[in-house]
Order: sequence, then C-alpha cells, then structure tokens
Amino acid sequence: MKLLTALIATIALNCLPAWGAVAEPQPDACEVPASFLESEIDLTRVTNELKDKHRLDISVLGTGSSSLPGPDGAHFAYPARLEEALKQQLPGNEIKVTAHVQPKQTTANMVGGLDKILAEDHPSLVIWQAGTADAINGVETEDFRSSLEDGIEKIQDAGADVILVNMQYSPRTAAMLDVSAYADVMRRVAQQRNALLFDRLAIMQHWNDIGTFDLYAATKKYDMARQVHECIGRALASQIISTAHLDAVRMQTTR
Amino acid sequence: MKHLVLPRLALTPATAAAAPPAGRDLRLDLFRGVALWLIFLDHIPQNVVNWFTIRNYGFSDATEIFIFISGYTAAFVYGRAMRERGFIVASARVLRRAWQIYVAHIFLFTIFMAEIAYVAATFENPLYAEEMNILDFLKQPDVTIFQALILKFKPVNMDVLPLYIMLLLFFPPVLWLLVQQPALALAGSALVYVLAWNLDWNLPAYPNGQWFFNPCAWQLLFVFGAWCALGGAQRLSAALRSRGVLALAIAYLVFAFLVTLTWYVEPLGRLMPTWLSDWMYPIDKTNLDVLRFAHFLALAAVTVYFIPRDWPGVKSPYLQPAIRCGQHSLEIFCLGVFLAFAGQFIISEWSGGPLIQILISLVGILIMVATAGLISWYKQMEGRSPSGRSKPPDADLAGGEA
Repeated sequence: MKLLTALIATIALNCLPAWGAVAEPQPDACEVPASFLESEIDLTRVTNELKDKHRLDISVLGTGSSSLPGPDGAHFAYPARLEEALKQQLPGNEIKVTAHVQPKQTTANMVGGLDKILAEDHPSLVIWQAGTADAINGVETEDFRSSLEDGIEKIQDAGADVILVNMQYSPRTAAMLDVSAYADVMRRVAQQRNALLFDRLAIMQHWNDIGTFDLYAATKKYDMARQVHECIGRALASQIISTAHLDAVRMQTTR
Repeated sequence: MKHLVLPRLALTPATAAAAPPAGRDLRLDLFRGVALWLIFLDHIPQNVVNWFTIRNYGFSDATEIFIFISGYTAAFVYGRAMRERGFIVASARVLRRAWQIYVAHIFLFTIFMAEIAYVAATFENPLYAEEMNILDFLKQPDVTIFQALILKFKPVNMDVLPLYIMLLLFFPPVLWLLVQQPALALAGSALVYVLAWNLDWNLPAYPNGQWFFNPCAWQLLFVFGAWCALGGAQRLSAALRSRGVLALAIAYLVFAFLVTLTWYVEPLGRLMPTWLSDWMYPIDKTNLDVLRFAHFLALAAVTVYFIPRDWPGVKSPYLQPAIRCGQHSLEIFCLGVFLAFAGQFIISEWSGGPLIQILISLVGILIMVATAGLISWYKQMEGRSPSGRSKPPDADLAGGEA
C-alpha cells in the first residue's frame, strides 16, 4: 500500500510540472511545429544518463549567435534558457548546461578546443552551433564539412550525443551573407553521421513567416533578441525530450 | 544579304569546323534570356518564386546554361572574325569584350557597396550581432576596394562576371586552336578540367578561400559551347537524334530530380542509400561537378531533340521578350544583379510576404524585358539591328558574350 502511494505520488510529481507549464499564462506563441523537431535519431546517451544517474550534462559549443550582448547576456541567451526549460520539465534530475561561446570562431577553431571541453565537462550531450563564422570568413565548404565531421567523431568517441545547431535566419544580411551552402553541408553531415540537427534557420524563418517575430526589424533594444533566445532554448528542450524519449524514462524510473 | 536567311534545317550537315551554319540560332537567345531571368530570381534569397527555377529540380542550374551559350556565341562571333580577319583582330575584340565586362562588374560592385553601407548604417539588432560581422570589410576600404579591383574580393552573387572575364582573357589562343584543331582544343580543355580537380587549381579569393566559380573547371563548359558552335554540334547531330541517347538523358534527369527531392522532403532523405550519398556528395558547384555537367548535357540533349533549330515557336510573339533579353545578355545580366539587390532591399525594408515577392519577381522581369527592348531600339536607331545582318557579326550583334 505504501509502495502504491509512493508510486502515485511520484507519477503525480513528475506529471505536474508538465501540467503546470501548460497552465501558466505565458502565451506559447513561439511553439515550434513538431515536424521541425522530429527525428529518427535517438539521443541514447542522454536517455541512459537520466535513467541511470538522474543527471544530464550538456556542453554548448558556439559563436556569437549562441550569446547575447550586455552584462546579463549569458543569462538570457539560449544555453541558459535551455537549462531552465529542462529543469522545469525534468524535475528531480540534475541538469547542467555549460556554454563555451567564443565569437568569430570558425568550426576548425572550435574543433581545436573540443578535447579540452570534452575532458572537463564530461557531457552526455554536446550542442554544437556552427556555420555562421565560416560563412562570414568564406571558409571552403569542403573544409567546413571535414571540420564538422572531425568534431562529431571526437564527440561521439567520447560517448556523447550531438545536436548540431545551424545558423540564424537573418533576412537583413542575406544579401551579403549567403549561408545556404553551409546549411546544406550541416544537414547532410548530420544525416550521414547520425547527429541530430536543430534547424534554427528553418525554425526562425517559420517564426518570421507566421509573424511570431519580425526579424527584419531594426532595434537597439534587447527585448526581441531575448524572446528569440528564450524560444530557441525551449524548442531545444522539446527536441531533447522527444528524441531522448524522456517521457518513457520518467515512467520507468518511477516503477 | 545572305545572312538574313535563316537556315531551314537545323541539322544540315555543315562542312565541319570550317563553315559553321550561318545566321543566328534564336534558340540560343531564347534560352539565354530565360537563364537570365532564372539567375535574377535565384539571386533574391527567400523568394517564393525561387521554387520554380531549375536548380530545385536537378543538379545544374541557370549558370550552366548561361556559360555554355556564352561560349557558343563567343565562338560563333569571334571564330568568324578569326577566320576572316586573323588572330590579332579577333583577339583584340575578345579582349575588348573582357574589358567591357570588367567595367560592368566594377559598376555593380559600386552599387553593392552603396547598399551594404546603407544597411551597415541603419540596421541594428542585438540578435544579429554575429551576422553583422560580415560588414567588417567596410572598416578597411583601402584593402577591400583594391581587392575588388583585382577580382579577388567578390561579394555574394557577384561571382559570374569575374568568371567570364577570366574565360575571355584566355579565349584567344583557345579559339585559335578550336578553329585549327577543334578536337585537340576540346581535349585540352578536358585535360585542364581533370588537372584542376586533381591538383586543386583555382584562383585565390579575398579575404580567404578561392573563387566560387573555379575558372579552371568552368572553362570546360565554355569551351564545349564554343566547340559546338564551330561544328561540334553537327558532329553530335546523329547522337542527338538517337532515341537511345534521348532515353538515357531523360533517365538521368529523372534520377537527378529524385535526388533533389530528397533534399527538400525530409522523410525521403532517409531513403537515400548511404553508398549512393557517399559516392555522390558533395555535388561541387565551385568545380563544376561531373554530375552537374552531365545534368546540363542531358538537359541540352532533351531540349535539342524536342526543339529543333527550325522550330517555328521561336518566332512566337510570346517568346520575343526572352529572346530580346538573351540578345543583350551583358546589359541584362548586370541589370538582373542590380534588380536582385533592389528587390531584396525592398523585401527587407517592407517585410515582404509571398505576394510582394511574386510582385517584385514579375516587375523585375518586366524591367529586364523593357530594357532589352530599349537597347534593341538604340541599336536599330544606330543602324545595327540585332535581327538583321547587314554587317559582319560583332560582339553587339551576338547580343554580347557575357
């Protein structure tokens, strides 16, 4: 009987936050259609870590567009928002997101620092935002591809899952900065190397198309930039939860 | 006046390289005109009309059509000059054409810089701090402008004209060889292509990287076009009429279409066998991937089969706008690049939805057509009608080689 009560209590506890999130008055205008986040690739390492150790260590590797300017920029940027969202949705687990963001780094540069990050963080998931600096610097797409492949291999050899995050949708700079070739490379590398792709480019374009955000707007204020990062953090959390099948994990741990 | 008479039969066996068919093949103007429209549309990013351009349905795109036809017309015009007036005169005219294209390119660069400078001064958004780094080059105009003048610095979508300039600079000796020994010239071009692939030949770009359109690779298409103009098309005519070749070409086009489908329809992507994608990718545009070249050949073979040279449709008034644009290709190309900048600018300034994008695409093409008509009018006024042939052909008569 005691066991049963405990069981019900745990299930209830685990389900509550999900209900709570829905009940909160925030308009979830930036919700991303599931088709953008679905994948046949499973984040097995993430699933296992949560199942066995109730913890999740994520390293975010990225350049300028993984951060926001300003003294409290880090708090509002998507890595911190992701941590927050995961903590809300996976209570009872220790969630840690460590951001390694350095502006202007090409993908080759980032691969150089990867060993150290993997050794220090021991992540079960690496979220790797790349491509923009390469496009700006005109890195050859072939070099970009091989850097990505090297990096993914290192991460997978270290036993971690990978999510690649591609460029932002930036209509104002599209005339000068054509990221499509680099986005294509990321899509194919992800497909070939069993890495998950978080298609930030398509998602942000979707937001712009349906009017969630006006990404053409010129502004000095941080409001929209923060909202976009908040939404990206949440969308990433949704993608992790669905591709790591964490609802199933929750059920199993309660048994 | 004999040049006024259009040959009745496309595939009349001509006496090989020595005497290519006289008169203008309006199909070339037609397809070059259409290619110019497609290039314009492709150069407006995030344009819904883009979905109709051929790059979404196969490996090759309008650039291949354009380079091939330009090689064809260049050989048609300057090949005759080379035979009739000699190497020096023909070379001088080729180089003058290269110079005109250079001037056009620098003119476009100036317009581009004006747009960039405006965006740099007015657009600010903390969300895009990283992307705005692309404007860093404005901080050192001394370096940037010089690099642009020597064709090392080429902003987005400004890669085609520098490729032409390089192709024309090296064209005189190639043309000489094409007139003397067409097969040898084509073999030499193929050899350079193979060597470029194996030895990574390309020209350096600024700030780094290499030319987006590798001249050492793309010359193959240009020289192949020139070879076709100087009698090669006649040599291929038997093959081009055969049903076997047609079936092969169609099969390849269907294959390419299915492959491109997997790029856009995510679930289909998973059906792509790994061995095939490992072998096939990347399909390299910079170095004119063999798959792209083959796709263009297949497209050309199917087109030539169904649209023979004496096809009456080219006289249809509905096709005249495209033909006109194709006849003044350098001017219309430059205008297209400018209109793409302008269209993009309007879309960003007024947050254009699909309707605006369609409108801008249509208006842009209309402006291109009107301008081509205007240029024709100027030339007629000056007694140099592009459709009449009262004088030996020159660069303007051929509608420009660019």
